[in-house]
Amino acid sequence: MEPASRVFYTLVTLASLLALGWGAFSAGAPGVSFALFAILTLGGGLMCIWERSVVRSAFSLMATFLGVAGLFLLLGADFLAMAQVLIYVGGILALILFGVMLSPPDLNERSLPRVLGGLAFAGGAAIWLGLRISASVTWATAEELPPMTSHAEEIGVGFLSPEQYVVPFELAAVLLTVALVAAVYIARRRSIDLFPEEDA
Amino acid sequence: MTVPVQHLFMLAGVLFAIGACGFFLRRNVIIVLMCIELMLNAANLTFLAASRLHETADGPDPTGPVFALFVILVAAVEAAVGLALVIALYRRKQTASLAQVRELRG
Repeated sequence: MEPASRVFYTLVTLASLLALGWGAFSAGAPGVSFALFAILTLGGGLMCIWERSVVRSAFSLMATFLGVAGLFLLLGADFLAMAQVLIYVGGILALILFGVMLSPPDLNERSLPRVLGGLAFAGGAAIWLGLRISASVTWATAEELPPMTSHAEEIGVGFLSPEQYVVPFELAAVLLTVALVAAVYIARRRSIDLFPEEDA
Repeated sequence: MTVPVQHLFMLAGVLFAIGACGFFLRRNVIIVLMCIELMLNAANLTFLAASRLHETADGPDPTGPVFALFVILVAAVEAAVGLALVIALYRRKQTASLAQVRELRG
């Protein structure tokens, strides 16, 4: 492992331990589960943009997707968590792994200015977002919220009732069909040789 | 869950920043696609956290989850078309690096 990667993973591990300890200290068992899913999400995302090998990036993206599914579960959105695992981990990630087979690893991408620029960019964006969020959202805690309920029935009714989302739902179906046909059209061979002539 | 909902907003913000960072800094097309997925996931987290925050006691509000499902659909469409473009690009130029695709650069 090269030195830059070693420093990176050491920092990620330290941040994870810190987050676990802080979650356990501030909120007990729910804090620990939240911290675990957050570590899975953010660690997977960081590894995804750090690793040179595209396969490793794809598999760390799986950690992110599973972590986000866990956070959906913590939010009480059980149907969304299931859809996340089915569509992202089962569908999109498999698609990406097929795409990975086409790409060579990048070997000359991680220069010091790029890493520093990325750190500055991510830090600035995170600080700006944090300030905006803490300025605009009232800090209600979870005790004031109603108990969590399953959303599956409401989602189904919302998708199918005419006064709610049935038109976007049908448009989404049309969009999916058009996009899949277009994907096949884009990715096809330019000329399909149905009767290849034999070499003499 | 006694974790404040606002921590989820923070987490989604950081996830979005990571995705945007990778989107601007990486040159591999497939990793750029993955970074778009990261940002869409962050948006989904925000939708669901906001839906949880605006939930009232007299009935769950399906707007947040419904929009999150639409975002997942758009992500699937984007992945399919994006990877078809990657395949077409690779067939044409034998590369997956954005640094070598500069025909449309103004």
